[in-house]
Amino acid sequence: MIGGLFIYNHKGEVLISRVYRDDIGRNAVDAFRVNVIHARQQVRSPVTNIARTSFFHVKRSNIWLAAVTKQNVNAAMVFEFLYKMCDVMAAYFGKISEENIKNNFVLIYELLDEILDFGYPQNSETGALKTFITQQGIKSQHQTKEEQSQITSQVTGQIGWRREGIKYRRNELFLDVLESVNLLMSPQGQVLSAHVSGRVVMKSYLSGMPECKFGMNDKIVIEKQGKGTADETSKRRPSAPARSGKQSIAIDDCTFHQCVRLSKFDSERSISFIPPDGEFELMRYRTTKDIILPFRVIPLVREVGRTKLEVKVVIKSNFKPSLLAQKIEVRIPTPLNTSGVQVICMKGKAKYKASENAIVWKIKRMAGMKESQISAEIELLPTNDKKKWARPPISMNFEVPFAPSGLKVRYLKVFEPKLNYSDHDVIKWVRYIGRSGIYETRC
Amino acid sequence: MTDSKYFTTTKKGEIFELKAELNSDKKEKKKEAVKKVIASMTVGKDVSALFPDVVNCMQTDNLELKKLVYLYLMNYAKSQPDMAIMAVNTFVKDCEDPNPLIRALAVRTMGCIRVDKITEYLCEPLRKCLKDEDPYVRKTAAVCVAKLHDINAQLVEDQGFLDTLKDLISDSNPMVVANAVAALSEIAESHPSSNLLDLNPQSINKLLTALNECTEWGQIFILDCLANYTPKDDREAQSICERVTPRLSHANSAVVLSAVKVLMKFMEMLSKDLDYYGTLLKKLAPPLVTLLSAEPELQYVALRNINLIVQKRPEILKHEMKVFFVKYNDPIYVKLEKLDIMIRLASQANIAQVLAELKEYATEVDVDFVRKAVRAIGRCAIKVEQSAERCVSTLLDLIQTKVNYVVQEAIVVIKDIFRKYPNKYESVIATLCENLDSLDEPEARAAMIWIVGEYAERIDNADELLESFLEGFHDESTQVQLQLLTAIVKLFLKKPTETQELVQQVLSLATQDSDNPDLRDRGYIYWRLLSTDPVAAKEVVLAEKPLISEETDLIEPTLLDELICYIGTLASVYHKPPSAFVEGGRGVVHKSLPPRTASSESTESPETAPAGAPSSEQPDVIPTQGDLLGDLLNLDLGPPVSGPPLATSSVQMGAVDLLGGGLDSLMGDEPEGIGGPNFVAPPAAAVPANLGASMGSGLSDLFDLTSGVGTLSGSYVAPKAVWLPAMKAKGLEISGTFTRQVGSISMDLQLTNKALQVMTDFAIQFNRNSFGLAPAAPLQVHAPLSPNQTVEISLPLNTVGSVMKMEPLNNLQVAVKNNIDVFYFSTLYPLHILFVEDGKMDRQMFLATWKDIPNENEAQFQIRDCPLNAEAVSSRLQSSNIFTVAKRNVEGQDMLYQSLKLTNGIWVLAELRIQPSNPSFTLSLKCRAPEVSQHVYQAYETILKN
Repeated sequence: MIGGLFIYNHKGEVLISRVYRDDIGRNAVDAFRVNVIHARQQVRSPVTNIARTSFFHVKRSNIWLAAVTKQNVNAAMVFEFLYKMCDVMAAYFGKISEENIKNNFVLIYELLDEILDFGYPQNSETGALKTFITQQGIKSQHQTKEEQSQITSQVTGQIGWRREGIKYRRNELFLDVLESVNLLMSPQGQVLSAHVSGRVVMKSYLSGMPECKFGMNDKIVIEKQGKGTADETSKRRPSAPARSGKQSIAIDDCTFHQCVRLSKFDSERSISFIPPDGEFELMRYRTTKDIILPFRVIPLVREVGRTKLEVKVVIKSNFKPSLLAQKIEVRIPTPLNTSGVQVICMKGKAKYKASENAIVWKIKRMAGMKESQISAEIELLPTNDKKKWARPPISMNFEVPFAPSGLKVRYLKVFEPKLNYSDHDVIKWVRYIGRSGIYETRC
Repeated sequence: MTDSKYFTTTKKGEIFELKAELNSDKKEKKKEAVKKVIASMTVGKDVSALFPDVVNCMQTDNLELKKLVYLYLMNYAKSQPDMAIMAVNTFVKDCEDPNPLIRALAVRTMGCIRVDKITEYLCEPLRKCLKDEDPYVRKTAAVCVAKLHDINAQLVEDQGFLDTLKDLISDSNPMVVANAVAALSEIAESHPSSNLLDLNPQSINKLLTALNECTEWGQIFILDCLANYTPKDDREAQSICERVTPRLSHANSAVVLSAVKVLMKFMEMLSKDLDYYGTLLKKLAPPLVTLLSAEPELQYVALRNINLIVQKRPEILKHEMKVFFVKYNDPIYVKLEKLDIMIRLASQANIAQVLAELKEYATEVDVDFVRKAVRAIGRCAIKVEQSAERCVSTLLDLIQTKVNYVVQEAIVVIKDIFRKYPNKYESVIATLCENLDSLDEPEARAAMIWIVGEYAERIDNADELLESFLEGFHDESTQVQLQLLTAIVKLFLKKPTETQELVQQVLSLATQDSDNPDLRDRGYIYWRLLSTDPVAAKEVVLAEKPLISEETDLIEPTLLDELICYIGTLASVYHKPPSAFVEGGRGVVHKSLPPRTASSESTESPETAPAGAPSSEQPDVIPTQGDLLGDLLNLDLGPPVSGPPLATSSVQMGAVDLLGGGLDSLMGDEPEGIGGPNFVAPPAAAVPANLGASMGSGLSDLFDLTSGVGTLSGSYVAPKAVWLPAMKAKGLEISGTFTRQVGSISMDLQLTNKALQVMTDFAIQFNRNSFGLAPAAPLQVHAPLSPNQTVEISLPLNTVGSVMKMEPLNNLQVAVKNNIDVFYFSTLYPLHILFVEDGKMDRQMFLATWKDIPNENEAQFQIRDCPLNAEAVSSRLQSSNIFTVAKRNVEGQDMLYQSLKLTNGIWVLAELRIQPSNPSFTLSLKCRAPEVSQHVYQAYETILKN
């Protein structure tokens, strides 16, 4: 298991050092600093073995978190734990920076003592932790016996992510379907790979211990239901399953927050859960079929002699004309020996940014089924460098108000048998946001 | 309030100031001081001098302050054991606190203080906490048992904590269950033999239930523990798989990977015809792909594991090539791993796409990545024959880019393509030759020279090209020098008229002006070959080369199977067994996949299963590497001339183990058995042997003599057989046999160097085996073994090594080390080398023993087509230490009663029935350890028929 956990600043100074196992000594702290932080080269692996000691590290801004072990630990678990550790710290004091870590070092030690015991990760849900690890710290005397046992049962219990006795005057929930659409396209416009990775984020302000059921237009569910109705009413409405099938989407794979009953999903494909209070990520999913690609990028690069490049890029929006895409940014890479750039664009603003070796073209808004164009002349310094310019792909950023995967929320039902509010009393909000992930076209 | 100010106090006299503050009356000031102390401790300053002052602050109601003091204690208690005792009272008191959080805190901290005296005081509070009413305290106490075990294992056993821990597996709270499982798994790892976890269908059921309810971390502990279980049949395996598959949709990647591990392992037991098997395969692909959208570090872990999974079961991801396409912003470690997997998944169906991608990658920035991409194109050509042409043209395009390292890498892989498809793509040679000047890396130069030499007859100016390399001969690396030498000799053999001068030049450079023995040797060999018999030289040098194989970098199958059992862990990231990077005994237990057969009866967990269990079809099991690696590490430290001092007792133990106490009762005299009615002692029931027979026996004696020449009254020696083919051992071929001469056993080895490099530093080591065979002296190879040289060695053996029952019984696993690598092979030794000289039992004893051994231990065998008569048989057997105790004639049949004794004291009694008219003998064997009978029979066969 994890033998020790260290946090360093960008210089390699230790900010936090907590050792859990006897086989990890102080020299491990230095070994990592010397061999990884001060190595002055690109990180070649997130796992490093130095003298039979293994170091796992992740970096958040310029802070290094390293977990150390001498045993054959579960590597995936160690990384998951490090991410979780970052989440917990962020939930307590915001951004992970040297200043924040120094300001909260006592708290961090307290957290480390709680969420890692002898190197075994323990309950690390912030909701639960915040009930008994507080920055005031002096709470213990004022707690009643009931409160104490409530804390412990939540930390260890089946529903460790929610406490009892939550009350809201107005029961309300927000569902955000956040998708990032990823694309890799060849210069000829052939889709090399495309996928949507989506998240359903829920913000719930519900009283009691509400039982929720979430439904979306998942092909498997729709087809199952379609079949059911088709069997009953097959003679009367033979076209029904076909129509509903068209509106459904094929989900390649999905993962759920730990509150979702996985065995139920496996057997019935229904998503039921008792949500944590406040914001959490209900599920993640991935689709690859029938993706709506909101934009198409058509590049044209022509080398005019050895010292000039002509670039023309056309972008086409491909969605309902009534919808508006926002925050559109096209990034056209330029060679390292660029000496000057002239840009002409029909819409938005374009600028050559020498420090980033790219032309950045920004458009605030663009409606569906429109087209826009930029052309640029790039002047190059003559070089002796034999090596050809690698021509990095043209990348794009945008935000659209729909889900490129086609996912639709069908329902989110809330049942709270003990308190007297019904599904109808809950105010529900649903929002779809599609963003660009890695959206690249090679040129 | 900010705490960062505590980091900045660096003035002198600080310790003194802190001391004053710690002893202050004001609570706030005290707390501030402790914080300063902790800050100093973090940055590595020694603040141990403040020990008593800090410990004084322990008695407080302030939980935050208490935690800080505990943190200090954990760090410094070990350096101040006597003073640490001061803290004991507070701990014990805290363990009784009404607040469960404080009780848990106390027991958690106490376990971290590694001071013997404190651990004594820990036992009572821990016992209470294990049975605490609050689950939070119980889950903390469960981990504390593991802590205590790490400090003092004996104490934990004596105090009976292990049983309490086992009870916690049935606890009502899922987190307590999970922590108990984690603690037990860790403790069990250091006691491989004990059946601590005691996994059985009932406990597995409990774990599977808890799996649905506990935290994500708990699920990982439980899944990792489940993976150690071996279901009793395919049904059980399937039902566990069914209950584990829902975990594949968990948001935590570690839960997913651990579930994949369980499934991959148990799948091994399912029949491929089963519908469920197909379903499971389909279910595995999507979660593995999803792992690739995780953070880069986790992607890396996932990719390393997918690399293993793809090698073990390529069908799972064969349609998922696209997801492994490299993204421009991927970190380099992710890129390199993806590339590796792309090549493994490349097939005729997707090769066009793959090639287009690889070509794209070859223009990227990172040099390592570009090189690997170029190399990958070559590997595609070798793997998918239909694509070879396209690959070659892609490589040619890349060479046109003139990017130095791209060109060099391309030339290296084109050489491999030539070796795979000879005489097919020579048209490209011209293009390659254009780039001669830009090659500055030895590997690329050597590859180019090889191409020129190999195709010298088609390259008009081959002599000029090679001559240009020759100018700086001494500045080249050995690799290039050797290649150049060979290439020029090839050229000479192909175009002898124009190149005589060149070849003389290179031969003199190699033999006279070089200090490199390899080069000199090769030079001399060529020289002599050319001067004695040019035709032979042609046959040797221009011989047809074997085609290179498709995949060269696959992980060796037994290692792969072991690594599959470690999915998700560090071992799977390093692609090494844990013993290669974990110190000491911890975590080096071998794991193996369960056998596919559904009928396996054993319910033992894989840890206790013998290493040989997995592949039941092949009897000669390659020893699991880690074991031998460990053994060979010993070897490096000192030659294992004789066994450890305890060896003899361990032999005894082993023998008892093998026989179940057979020896004692065998030797014990049981007077009432003597002269039993069934058995008439054969006095001189002398049936006069007829003349022919005696003549026959005489002849056979003579024959014996001739065949036994050189063995000097020793037992029969089988001809040498090849044990380790050169193919498998980087050119080292080992053949050998076993002999027994006047009481000493030896292993006659013949080592042949079929590689091109000198071999030195030989050493040998045996794995534990059934009879404790071990080398009695180090392997003595006096001079280095040059290429094509053979050396014969007789390695004396003794039987005082450590004992482990092998399957088959006479299996011997051997590791041979030389300067190149360590090689493993296993061989079967004939049992008769273990027959000792004093194996003749006295008649009375024979009679009694024969009666005493139960009839079910008797085994009967037929020895067919043996032309010898009783006399001859008897004498021949005697030379191999099988002694005839008595002989009689019943109804025209000769009955021989024989005895033999094995080195470990096992007696074997035999009755051999010989009919003069019938060349088939009937052999009845009785022994306390019936498992040896089969092998004794084989020994009879070999001795009598050779």
